[in-house]
Amino acid sequence: MESKDYLKDISEIKNIMNKSSRFISLSGLSGILAGVYALIGAAVAYWLVANSGRDYLMLDGQIFRWVLLDLFLVAFFSIVTAIILTTQKAKKQGAKIWDSTSRRLVFNFLIPLVVGGLYILIILDQQKFGQTAGLMLIFYGLSLINASKYSIGDIRNLGFIQIALGLTAALFPGYGFWLWVLGFGVMHIIYGTWMHFKYDKK
Amino acid sequence: MSIINNINKVFDHRIRLGIMSILMVNEHADFNMLKELLDVTDGNLASHVKALESADYIDVEKQFIGRKPNTRYSTTKLGELEFKKHIEALEKLINPD
Repeated sequence: MESKDYLKDISEIKNIMNKSSRFISLSGLSGILAGVYALIGAAVAYWLVANSGRDYLMLDGQIFRWVLLDLFLVAFFSIVTAIILTTQKAKKQGAKIWDSTSRRLVFNFLIPLVVGGLYILIILDQQKFGQTAGLMLIFYGLSLINASKYSIGDIRNLGFIQIALGLTAALFPGYGFWLWVLGFGVMHIIYGTWMHFKYDKK
Repeated sequence: MSIINNINKVFDHRIRLGIMSILMVNEHADFNMLKELLDVTDGNLASHVKALESADYIDVEKQFIGRKPNTRYSTTKLGELEFKKHIEALEKLINPD
């Protein structure tokens, strides 16, 4: 009869650990998918610019509007995927999806991200678009680091990597596109795979 | 009898196990987060937190967010070690081999 109690203890421990850290165990697969979307989006943007007859972007051109739409779709599908996967996982574990943990995580993630997004839109409007890739990487990195206080440490490191790539892109604007691909595409896939094997496959 | 020795009396309660479980997988948690996850009353949680704190298994960090007091908890190295030993002992009791 005593050992039955201990068995209950163990399953309770596992249950609570899962419930309180579901964002981490989730982020593997959604990270991989976000990286894949970014690579597809970058390929589309590359193709659009390559076929425009010029090798640079004109801000008021039709092509630029397509690239903006492309970027928007990448962000949109990444967010939708993350929400769907989180909801599924939370349901499976019988956890609340919108509790104080997730609220704090999302809110703190959004502060630098929204500020950065607005800033980028403002300077684009002032015709300064050489720094866009670097700024996106930097603000995204800051968002990850800010959110990492409410999750366990791993997204913090991803954040530092994104900031390093962003600063490099600021120094060498010519390589901005490729650094963006490296940060949003390749790093997400590496990080997602690593998280997947570290947490999901247990 | 060494297995029995590793069963830690301090952890011998559902809520204390819960607090330690949360703090093992999160760098830190505040009072409200623990309360929501464990579904307990303030007084109940406070007394179990106190027990873990006086055993030196968790760190308590008091701060203010604006005007609201906020208390953050995290595991100590000792607490982590003891909790792992406790879980191992539980598992051995269930599956002796």
